[in-house]
Amino acid sequence: MDLILPSSGLIFWQLIAFLALLFILIKFAWKPMLAALEERETSIDNALKAAEQARNEMASLKAENEKLLQDARLERDTILRKAQEASAKMIEEAKSEAGKQGALMIENAKAVIETEKKAALTEVKNQVALLTLEVTEKLLRKNLSEDKAQKELVDEFIKDLKLN
Amino acid sequence: MTRKFLFLSLLLSALLLSFSSAGFAAGSQSEEGGEDPTGFIMHHVKDSHEWHFFNIGHTHVTLPLPVITYASDRGLEFYMSSDFQNHETHQFGEENAHNGIFIDSHEHLGRVDGGAILDFSITKNVAMMFIVIALVLYMALSAAGHYKRNGAVAPKGVASLVEPIVIFVRDEIAEKSIGPRYKKFVPYLLTLFFFIWIGNLLGLLPGAANLTGNIAVTFTLATLTFILVNINGNKDYWKHVFATPGVPLPLLPIIVVVEFIGLFTKPFALMVRLFVAITAGHIVILAFIALVFIFESYAIGVVSTLMVTFINMIELLVATIQAYVFTLFTAMYIGGAVAEHAHDDHH
Repeated sequence: MDLILPSSGLIFWQLIAFLALLFILIKFAWKPMLAALEERETSIDNALKAAEQARNEMASLKAENEKLLQDARLERDTILRKAQEASAKMIEEAKSEAGKQGALMIENAKAVIETEKKAALTEVKNQVALLTLEVTEKLLRKNLSEDKAQKELVDEFIKDLKLN
Repeated sequence: MTRKFLFLSLLLSALLLSFSSAGFAAGSQSEEGGEDPTGFIMHHVKDSHEWHFFNIGHTHVTLPLPVITYASDRGLEFYMSSDFQNHETHQFGEENAHNGIFIDSHEHLGRVDGGAILDFSITKNVAMMFIVIALVLYMALSAAGHYKRNGAVAPKGVASLVEPIVIFVRDEIAEKSIGPRYKKFVPYLLTLFFFIWIGNLLGLLPGAANLTGNIAVTFTLATLTFILVNINGNKDYWKHVFATPGVPLPLLPIIVVVEFIGLFTKPFALMVRLFVAITAGHIVILAFIALVFIFESYAIGVVSTLMVTFINMIELLVATIQAYVFTLFTAMYIGGAVAEHAHDDHH
């Protein structure tokens, strides 16, 4: 067989076998394989994009969280401040209220004491008048004869009473 | 780089061949049972009706191959190559005719009555081609099976070997050379690449046939590329050939002839490049081996072995480069045929 002259038999077999190989490989190997590769590349691409997106979302979420936290802190501070102010105010109010209440109670107590004192004095006066009457009665019964002495005595009593 | 290597290897082989034949000329005739080194090399490089592995003493270790013949008056006939051989020397020749058919010493089929006969034998190269195809089929199908079984997942096993090549051919060869409409051509380019690559690699094995270094094989592949390129040629492509834009009218006949010839020189270059690169590599290796038998010297043996190992390493590279180059040029020709040119506006 010649080196540089193609032989028809080999061309024949080569043509048939190569075309068969081409057909089988295209149908059963290259097409499914290229499709799978493309699918994989797309899915890798998508996964990378999704990861990137997730990262971005994560970052924005983090920033948002940070902001929320900051807001919450500010809010807490405000609330605390307000609460302190409120409690201080309440204490102040309670104090002044208590002071007023105390003063009022003292006032009332003084008034009651005054009334009681007056009532007691009136009572004492009444008692004294009663006693005086009894004493007078007794004296009158005993010393009706001695008119002069009686008169003196009565005057004296009256004097005393007036002094009272 | 390939071209440089090609040139070097051709030069080297030519040098070695002339050197070895010259050196051998004196010793060959005098030596009993000695082989002519050119014959020895050519025997290994060329196709044959039997698969000859090696000799042990005078025993030929061969694989007889089917001989299929067709003649219009005789129809299809099937024989074995051993039917046409001298059983002692394993020589083909007219004297060993069988059933009116013989294979001459140049391995051409002939009829004793002188009639025409066609040779569709499963020759050494055809058998080799079946092995290559089986291997390519195994690789590609098991790689594809991996994706079929597991879906679009990471490669494993044979798929790990095949996938990078597939991606390389698709992205680096097809997409870059053909352009946006590359997808349609990727399967052909892949088949081409794997067939040539595996053919080149298996051809390097001792005792293997020189399949991709056979002109009939490269001729067929180049013809398929030629057909594929031209049936996909668009308006621009044909316009470029038959009404080359920007050429003055008086020159047009010459240019059209040149362009028309160019249609054929492109696949012709493909055919010759692969054939020469692979055959030359085989010749260089065989020439170095032949040196041992010519000089019958241990020193030469050591040097030859070193050189053969070195050339084999290069051949591994060449096997891949040539598969790449054939596929790349095919892709570039397709790219030229399907490209949408924008040059119509400047003339």
